[in-house]
Amino acid sequence: MSLDLRELYQEVILDHNKRPRNKGRLNDATNEAEGHNPLCGDQVHITLHTSNGLIDQIAFEGHGCAISTASASLMTEAVKGKSLEEAEAIFREFQAMVTSPDSEDVHEELGEMIALAGVRDYPVRIKCATLPWHTLHAALAGEGKASTE
Amino acid sequence: MLVAVQPISVQVIQVPLTLGAATQEVQAVINPSPVDFVGEAIRSEFPILSQLVRGKPLTYLDNAATSQKPLAVLESVAHYYREQNANIHRGVHHLSQIATQEYDRARSAVQRLLGSGEPSEIIFTKGCTEAINLVASGMVFAKDDLLKLKEGDTILVSTLEHHSNIVPWQLAAERVGARVIPIPVTDKGEIELDSYLNLLKGTRPKLVAIKHVCNALGTINPIQWMVQQAHAYGALALVDGAQAGPHIRINVQDLDADFYTLSCHKIYAPTGVGVLYGKRALLEALPPYQGGGDMIRTVSFEGSTYAPIPAKFEAGTPNIAGVIGLGKAIEWLESLGGDENPLDEVFAAIHAHETQLSKLAEAKLNEIPGVRIYGESSEKAGIVSFTLQDAHPHDIGTILDSEGIAVRAGHHCCMPLMRRFDVPATARASFALYNTREEVDHLAAGVSKVQEMFR
Repeated sequence: MSLDLRELYQEVILDHNKRPRNKGRLNDATNEAEGHNPLCGDQVHITLHTSNGLIDQIAFEGHGCAISTASASLMTEAVKGKSLEEAEAIFREFQAMVTSPDSEDVHEELGEMIALAGVRDYPVRIKCATLPWHTLHAALAGEGKASTE
Repeated sequence: MLVAVQPISVQVIQVPLTLGAATQEVQAVINPSPVDFVGEAIRSEFPILSQLVRGKPLTYLDNAATSQKPLAVLESVAHYYREQNANIHRGVHHLSQIATQEYDRARSAVQRLLGSGEPSEIIFTKGCTEAINLVASGMVFAKDDLLKLKEGDTILVSTLEHHSNIVPWQLAAERVGARVIPIPVTDKGEIELDSYLNLLKGTRPKLVAIKHVCNALGTINPIQWMVQQAHAYGALALVDGAQAGPHIRINVQDLDADFYTLSCHKIYAPTGVGVLYGKRALLEALPPYQGGGDMIRTVSFEGSTYAPIPAKFEAGTPNIAGVIGLGKAIEWLESLGGDENPLDEVFAAIHAHETQLSKLAEAKLNEIPGVRIYGESSEKAGIVSFTLQDAHPHDIGTILDSEGIAVRAGHHCCMPLMRRFDVPATARASFALYNTREEVDHLAAGVSKVQEMFR
């Protein structure tokens, strides 16, 4: 396998794709949204529960490629227990990482999600990684629907 | 008489004994003697194929999306712009006359490709999609009873259809209050012919719109028989030939199709050109699609009159270079065959070569654990649609790309068909005359890599 491909499909991504964390749907969700990438048909549904300004529960379901599944799984781990503002801040950081043309940029605070930095070299796959985030953003904003278009 | 055959009563399902004429011809030469214009021998005529992609030799297996273009076509387009560029028709000057001649020559070439009665039954459009939209829109505004789509009318399409043979009919149906009804397909990816007959009988549709060859699965539909049945029940038949054009010999007169459409960039020609064939009387009765220059006879503020076909449907300056390139692509195909009926010979060889490769690909992919192939009709063009357990088609596509292999991953503009098979997407390898057995090996090795990675 070529080097850049190993960069894209890192062990963390393959692992989260095979064993996604927080997969499912919350029955007592306070916020939810449906995300859709019309280009490739990827679909993700996010339910979350907030109390006192914190995301205390979050789950996702849907179907998509390894990149979008792993991104959704990593995202749910990253925002659980975080305030809404903190979650939005991580989203902005993540967005900056996957769209930045400068691969030297370091985004230490993103933790395991750094594994997704490789998508910046695959323009058609960036939306796979950001779809769950756009969907979370829509859920927090009470919009119900998100699209990568 | 066009299609106004009295409906007959069909008691039993007639299994089509005769497939499309083209298919029959292909069957007759399924094991042709070795020919020197398929596979490795022809690759030098396609300069793009010799490049490296991501450091590996390009293995181009996305031919159902668009084919590569031979030097003859590339040179004809460059030659036109270098030596002949002028707007066509009404030009009294030298260059305009040459450009017009070349443009008209292409129309005759398409007539030979489709076996239509006369060149004026060939309309150039910007693509197959526009060709279908032209008919759908025309049927909304038609005055002629045979064509006019009315409230309560039914249009039959199959579940195999590309969005471009579904949505134009939905738009037309919405405008007049008609209905679009899908014909179901079997687990093998074939149209359910008994359901088709029942729908014909039960709904007496205005029109049946069916693709000749399925872009997502490769199924070759028994189109001649389906057209026959449509006519027997008083329906018009439009055949979407986007995927048939590059692979099998077509004869619109044998098929008795009322309309037949082509996507020319899939037939080794430049992008931006499509073809609508229509029976003369139908094209004459169909109202213009777009107004503008070239499609008129006279214009006045009291009212305008329209040019005869084909000009009536070719408003504005067309894609002259693209059409000339298409003419060259057909002439190039003809040049590969013998002196008599060269296209019969060439398409028989192309189909045999491509299906040999796709069958080999199916056999090799089936050896890989977790691979499932969609489309198991015994009548298939060189298309292999597959999924791999635990790996999404987009991941397959990206990983194959890193090996220099171009395949398509997605719903192939066939969302209802994907839903029928309960998959969000498939990966698709599609073959052309320049593909080789080595490339099938690359594909199988690439998919094995994906399988190991996602195991």
